[in-house]
Amino acid sequence: MILRPPTYLFLLLISLASAGAAERVQFNRDVRPILSDKCFHCHGPDDKKREAGLRLDVRAEALKKGESGSTAIVPGKPDLSAVIERITTTSTDDIMPPAKMHKAVTKAEIELLQRWIAEGAEYQGHWAFEPVRAPQVPQVAGAAMPVDAFIRQQLQKQGLAPSPEADKATLIRRVTLDLVGLPPTPEDVRAFVADTSPQAFEALVDRLLASQQYGEHMARQWLDFARFADSNGFQTDSSRSMWPWRDWVIRAFNDNLPYDQFTVQQIAGDLLPNAAQDQVIATGFNRNHRINGEGGIIAEEWRIENIIDRVETTSFTWLGLTLNCCRCHDHKYDPFTQKDFYSLFAFFNNVEESGTIQGASNRSGGNSVPFLKVTSAEQKAKLDALQAAANAATKAVRTAEKDLPKLVAAWEPTLADSKQVAKSAWQRLEPESVTSKFGATLTRQADGSYLAGGKNPPKDVYVFDAAMPADGASAFLLECFPDPSLPNQSLGRHPNGNFVLSDFDVFVQKPGGKPEKQVVAKASADYSQKGYEIGGVVDKKSGRGWAIDGPTKRDPRRAMFVLKTPLPPQAGAKLLLRLRHEAITSHNIGRFRLSWAAADAGEVKLDGDTSLAEIKLIAAIPAAKRTPDQVKRLHTFFRANVESPLRAADQALAAASSALTTFEDTLPTTMVMKEAATPRDAFVLTRGEYDKPAAKVTMATPAVLPPMPKGAPLNRLGLAQWLVAPENPLTARVWVNRAWERFFGNGLCKTTENLGSQAEYPLHPELLDWLAAEFMRSGWDMKAMMKLIVMSQTYRQSSAVTPAMVAMDPENRLLARGPRFRLTGEVVRDQALALGGLLVPKIGGPSVRPYMPEGVWDETSKYGDLRGYKADAGDGLYRRTLYTIWKRTAAPPTMMLFDAPTREICTVKRSRTNTPLQALALLNEVTFVEAARGLAQLMIQKGGTTPEERLRYGYLRATSHELEPAAMAVLLKGLKERLAWYAAHPEDATKLVSQGQSKPAEGIAVPELAAYCTTASVLMNLDRVVTRQ
Amino acid sequence: MPHPAILHGRDGQSDRFGGVIANSLLMIRRNLQAELRQEYARHLSRRWFFKDCGVGLASIAAMDLLGQGAQAAPAPISPLAQKRPQYPAKAKRVIYLFMGGAPSHLELFDNKPELSKWDGKLPPPELLQGYRAAFINPNSTLLGPKYKFSRHGQSGAEISELLPHTASVADDLTIVRSMKTDAFNHAPAQILMSTGSQIFGRPSFGAWTLYGLGTENQDVPGYVVMQSGAKGPSGGLSNFGCGFLPTIYQGVPFRSAGEPVLYLTNPEGVSDATQRDTLDVLKTLNEERLATVGDPEIAARINSFELAYRMQKTAPELMDISREPQHILDMYGAKPGEASFANNCLLARRLIEGGVRFVQLFHEAWDHHGGLTKGLKEQCAQTDQPCAALVRDLKQRGLLEDTIVIWGGEFGRTPMVQGGNDGRDHHPNCFSMWFAGGGMKPGLTLGGSDEFGFNVTEDPVHVHDLHATLLHLLGFDHTKLAVKFQGLNMRLTGVHGELVDKLLV
Repeated sequence: MILRPPTYLFLLLISLASAGAAERVQFNRDVRPILSDKCFHCHGPDDKKREAGLRLDVRAEALKKGESGSTAIVPGKPDLSAVIERITTTSTDDIMPPAKMHKAVTKAEIELLQRWIAEGAEYQGHWAFEPVRAPQVPQVAGAAMPVDAFIRQQLQKQGLAPSPEADKATLIRRVTLDLVGLPPTPEDVRAFVADTSPQAFEALVDRLLASQQYGEHMARQWLDFARFADSNGFQTDSSRSMWPWRDWVIRAFNDNLPYDQFTVQQIAGDLLPNAAQDQVIATGFNRNHRINGEGGIIAEEWRIENIIDRVETTSFTWLGLTLNCCRCHDHKYDPFTQKDFYSLFAFFNNVEESGTIQGASNRSGGNSVPFLKVTSAEQKAKLDALQAAANAATKAVRTAEKDLPKLVAAWEPTLADSKQVAKSAWQRLEPESVTSKFGATLTRQADGSYLAGGKNPPKDVYVFDAAMPADGASAFLLECFPDPSLPNQSLGRHPNGNFVLSDFDVFVQKPGGKPEKQVVAKASADYSQKGYEIGGVVDKKSGRGWAIDGPTKRDPRRAMFVLKTPLPPQAGAKLLLRLRHEAITSHNIGRFRLSWAAADAGEVKLDGDTSLAEIKLIAAIPAAKRTPDQVKRLHTFFRANVESPLRAADQALAAASSALTTFEDTLPTTMVMKEAATPRDAFVLTRGEYDKPAAKVTMATPAVLPPMPKGAPLNRLGLAQWLVAPENPLTARVWVNRAWERFFGNGLCKTTENLGSQAEYPLHPELLDWLAAEFMRSGWDMKAMMKLIVMSQTYRQSSAVTPAMVAMDPENRLLARGPRFRLTGEVVRDQALALGGLLVPKIGGPSVRPYMPEGVWDETSKYGDLRGYKADAGDGLYRRTLYTIWKRTAAPPTMMLFDAPTREICTVKRSRTNTPLQALALLNEVTFVEAARGLAQLMIQKGGTTPEERLRYGYLRATSHELEPAAMAVLLKGLKERLAWYAAHPEDATKLVSQGQSKPAEGIAVPELAAYCTTASVLMNLDRVVTRQ
Repeated sequence: MPHPAILHGRDGQSDRFGGVIANSLLMIRRNLQAELRQEYARHLSRRWFFKDCGVGLASIAAMDLLGQGAQAAPAPISPLAQKRPQYPAKAKRVIYLFMGGAPSHLELFDNKPELSKWDGKLPPPELLQGYRAAFINPNSTLLGPKYKFSRHGQSGAEISELLPHTASVADDLTIVRSMKTDAFNHAPAQILMSTGSQIFGRPSFGAWTLYGLGTENQDVPGYVVMQSGAKGPSGGLSNFGCGFLPTIYQGVPFRSAGEPVLYLTNPEGVSDATQRDTLDVLKTLNEERLATVGDPEIAARINSFELAYRMQKTAPELMDISREPQHILDMYGAKPGEASFANNCLLARRLIEGGVRFVQLFHEAWDHHGGLTKGLKEQCAQTDQPCAALVRDLKQRGLLEDTIVIWGGEFGRTPMVQGGNDGRDHHPNCFSMWFAGGGMKPGLTLGGSDEFGFNVTEDPVHVHDLHATLLHLLGFDHTKLAVKFQGLNMRLTGVHGELVDKLLV
């Protein structure tokens, strides 16, 4: 490929010869490009091509005496430096670079090299790893602000002039879209255009920065960084609740939380002294990663994956570094080692987590531990009151408990005759035989339970035959227990530890008779997995059976089955119980025990005692001879079954606790970081594999960067403080570079995702450093920096393009004109809702469900609670897009078309494409059609009475500009044609205006509305509307 | 003009250099030069829009903005324009039949008569050393193959009785019985198979293909994805994502129900004529804008609306299988109006014929932890005939020569039993795939495994090796099809992958 000289040279020259006469020469800015271009080919890092043994890229080498006896560089002495001699010699044999390379060093370059050597020939490391120092602001005529001085200095060097300021309508539209992500209203535009005061623009900027929509707009990008979503990702991709964290981000931007605190709270808010709720919520940043709940995974492997995700996300987001490579080996380009990587890893290694979905269910979703219940002020007050009541009830119990021995002693003598107590308690059902129908073994345990083992048949039936109890039976209690021999040490036999009981059948067989099936009227359980409630065992229509979240919960469970008709005592009759597991393959119960309640027991209780027989035996032992354990059991039985002041206190406590937990269950939760009491050891992992630990590492920041600040604790909090320490060369540079990208389309260093040594050398390195220094000087004030940039002349330039500009600078890196680029998908949709008057401006809260084509969610997962998408009715359809529910494996399809990432991993930069699929969405998606109708209605209702007035209003609303006569003619012609067409096709008109859930305005003729609707669609799809310019 | 991929390609020397400073010096220079070239390419692509996109009078005014040399411009570069590969290629197109959930190689392509003798016995302990299984206790008993095999065609390929149709095209197939992968859970293994990495965020094989070759028909997406079976792929959108490549290269899901492409149909009450009118007004106004502002992006936007309009016509026609003659429908077992794998296979052929570069069918239905015998029989009944029909149909149309057909899942299944006596667990060490056309050697059965079908013993083909080989057939050196991202040269094969010569014609 042949590059045309003007383009080629101009970009190279930008990085050259920037040092003014008075300024000290800088190696990275001034010298490295010369050496790199003219010398390194033969005197650089490649030892295979090195000539004369001379190496100029390493200072120590360049200062050594060479093969010829001369020294290439003698610091402070350009005259003695062979480099200078060889580039200035008149000898055609000696001149460097050799003539055949056609790379002669220019006079200006020679002078620079001379000055550099005279000043000591100091080398610099990679520019982004050098400390941030504010450079002197150049004096440039006409530049009002430092930003402009730096930009215009470069323009002057290239012989380009800046563009004039954009017209006011363009300005207000540009800055409004940039700062709040919504278009200005026609009223805003007209007021701003009419305001001729010199402070008008600044007042506008201040108003926008103070608006609540600012925080929403800024948060949107941060959600990409944080890989925020409403689902857990992977195969099932069930739901989670992280919106309280998302709302924290919005608040933080709106409150202008300084970036250092914004950082510290998200990395380590939980470790701050007396951390407030908000500071803990902030740590959700590092819990936004996916969590795998796929069956059969190894928890530790995924715990490691999650931590690696945190290291990578944190380093992309704050440091602009790509550390992924170091997971497996030392970095090939950057000075980071594998040990550095795992030392950072160690900071995130102590969270109380398992690596898989825990505290939630892979299918029904929820948050995995650790998580926080989030309260508003009002909720907090109520919570405190309920807690106080529970505490008081506990205290009452403690007091009443003191009488326990006395109460028991008084009650004991009555025990033998206490028929009611006996009847209301569960009694162990002793079987005559217990077998598995399909070949599992069921072995009796010491506690009377039966443990399943051996083969785990696909759909087993446990056959439990017993003699009819002497008191008959009215109900049965099924207790299920965890056991170490069971998968996952849980309660079920499926490899994930779960079971699903599909039926609990009760038969009575009278002597000589056939088994007769009994009706179970009611079932209840102390816990049911969502979607597998106990009721499903009785009522086949209501579910598939009873399950207990075996993969995540390993507590003993009980279920009670009450017969419709109690069974009277009958000698010789048999009770045949059948526990069926026919809902899902291999989900059989692992260990269980059965009890019965007497026929006349009255109201049986799920939590009733099961140990009456034992208690009677204990009571028969003389008090002095009872073991402490026996005493305890007697007391426990008494408390649970015998009316007394203590029992009343116990019941009051149970009620208070229940009220507390019931209320707590209504509170939203959000996942947070929380350190485990005992830190885990961290290791370098060979090839990055979780089961190949090598050398042990401790928490440490990368060796090549400045150390942690003095006094910083060696934990996440210290890491956070290190990120925002003034010595950290990256954090401020990364942030200002991305802020610049937000407003100008490209960063000052274009690779905003990576400032490592592979990064582009910035076109305006001084400006980047000046901004970074200013950001820190301002106290990390994000709003101040936004204001500083948008107030610049550079930002306010017109974006019209001249031939010279296209030829010289097609991507507008030099900024001789204003920036112009397509809006993000979120802004495109939000703008449409705003233009159509549909936008619901509510801030925060749970994610919402706008329109989505049928089936999108179900295409990616077969299980899980994020299936069968149903759009909200009402407000949820019209909220800003950052509130749209985000399922990672099936992300909102329109956003995907507009270059949004899937949020599976941290993404700090989106591409900006322009595709036919986007055009289809804008033309045909119901959101945009409904919004067009909204705009059409506003044109008719607010625009005026003539088509011209209405078009003018619609155009102003959509573009912030007055309609020019030529465009008016085009629009008017189209409108008239479609007015005629829809008048002749009223059915089509009705169909068109009926799109979407909102009703078309009354009092407007339907064909007219339809015609305006198509015109509004044209307006909303204009290039100048989907572009911010 | 060299291929753009080479412009970004790695130099090969950079790895050898020592010293961070040295590296950064060189890289800065290289970045700058690559950047310059990229700028220039983009510049030219814009020029192409002016020249070739018919943007009307305004565009003539805009052309003047670009200054001299426009006439002498080299070949146009649109991001999706057809591109020449790095060297002459055997294959131009790909149809990937992704059997999600992972079919059992032991019942379909890898005949293990010895395994029957071990049925119900524990495997020898040395087999399981260091082995990890997803669900089962690895120390479970072995399960003999549930179906019989016989030899087919001139090549004598061993194929299961479950696949009589596939067996009938045995001589056109290249069967690999020695596939290996690194992952044994569905989502990561699918992502590895689709993108060359278990790490999310990398471009898919289809996206790389489109990036490298562009597309032949600008009126339809160049990379189309369809699905059948119980659900979409476990790995989700990332299976056909573009990673860090521009989103223009990601797979576009065509849907079997509703509109074939999202938002393809006009809103109700908007006729084709009205849509055209609307677009004409829009175009006129945008052209005026282009004349005023001069930003070439406006020309690109005008163009994308015009492409969208054409796609509204083309895509439904391509997706309408009722246009096929009855004997072709019968050959596939396709029924217009139904959502099925058979219909998707026929659609794949239609799309390929219509100039689509890469078609990927996900049929996620093979995860037989239990109910293996019945499940396999059902799935084979659904897929065997259409797969064979696709190969035969492509062949009779002369398309098989330069179209690669790929059949396979994300891993294999254990010889050990799971779920009573009729299931198999996930197994990464050994599995089977087959290929047809595009320069794959027909009639070849490559590789072998031990008597249990547990480990590969002969001619192992890792996923990375497969990718290297497929890219080779498409005309690319897998080490050179690279894109710079986050300071690194990213490739489909990462730092792995060896070309498998034995598979090539």
